[in-house]
Amino acid sequence: MSLWWWILAACVVAYLSKLSGYLVPARILDKPRMGRVAGTLTIGLLASLTAVNTFANGQELVLDARIGALLAAGIALLLRAPFLAVVIVGAVAAALLRLAGMP
Amino acid sequence: MKFSQSPAVKTGLSIAVATGLYGISFGALAVASGLGFWQTVALSALMFTGGSQFAFIGVVAGGGAGSAAFGAATLLGIRNIIYGMQMNSMARPTGWRKAAAAHVTIDESTATAVVQEDLREVRRGFWTAGLGIFILWNLFTVAGALLGDALGDPKAWGLDGAAVAAFLALLWPRLASRDPVAIAVVCAVATVLAVPFVPPGVPILIAALVAGVWGWIGHQGNQARA
Repeated sequence: MSLWWWILAACVVAYLSKLSGYLVPARILDKPRMGRVAGTLTIGLLASLTAVNTFANGQELVLDARIGALLAAGIALLLRAPFLAVVIVGAVAAALLRLAGMP
Repeated sequence: MKFSQSPAVKTGLSIAVATGLYGISFGALAVASGLGFWQTVALSALMFTGGSQFAFIGVVAGGGAGSAAFGAATLLGIRNIIYGMQMNSMARPTGWRKAAAAHVTIDESTATAVVQEDLREVRRGFWTAGLGIFILWNLFTVAGALLGDALGDPKAWGLDGAAVAAFLALLWPRLASRDPVAIAVVCAVATVLAVPFVPPGVPILIAALVAGVWGWIGHQGNQARA
């Protein structure tokens, strides 16, 4: 039950975050420092999520089939594959490596 | 220009299909991480911002507390504030449309809208991508949550590899110059170093702090825009 409350609270805060942007006067965005923080924060969060999803298993660092998914997705992105193709490439790479016996 | 010939609508539709289908992965992973069917459906319908949703179930899957999942999801949603500000000044929705626009303000709808040339195309791109993704994302979340059990272990199907690839693909277009690459590498390294020492979910917050400080004290002219 308590997880339900965290889910609903996170949903409410997610919506209020989005809405708050619409309530801010547009000129605030012109401040270069705020724009920069927003930009670096987004990059940092996405890089961190990529790392966590590749190497973390709880509090353990592991090298498993997901590293293959990361490399395959990187190659697909270098070849300018569209988003969905990159995601499929990542899944196929991980699935094939597991089929080959990798954890 | 006719609606059906609008480049913004075409872009919006292709992004909607690409992103919406990925909902099947979210649905399956959410159920695999221990969430119930309705909890999974609620996240896609009510939270509706992919990165935060994956962060939430990622923390839960790693054994993290609900509070840590809430924190990770909320921090990832902070960028939507910036998107809301951008869309408010570009698409200029009014009244109830503002409340509706807020709910579908995500990476993809904003990205589709900001590259358009005029107000009408901005609006078409934003709403086509936003509503298109909302419908497909929720339909495929349900499919994934239902199929998740039938599929067995999602790892055997490489669904955790799909999540890795999706985050890299979201990050990729932002790595256009040297500074963003440096930020990404530093934050990824900070994350990996933090994993063994702090509870799941917290490494992401540490990386966010590093990135935020970097942006705050960064030199003028560092163009690392969202």
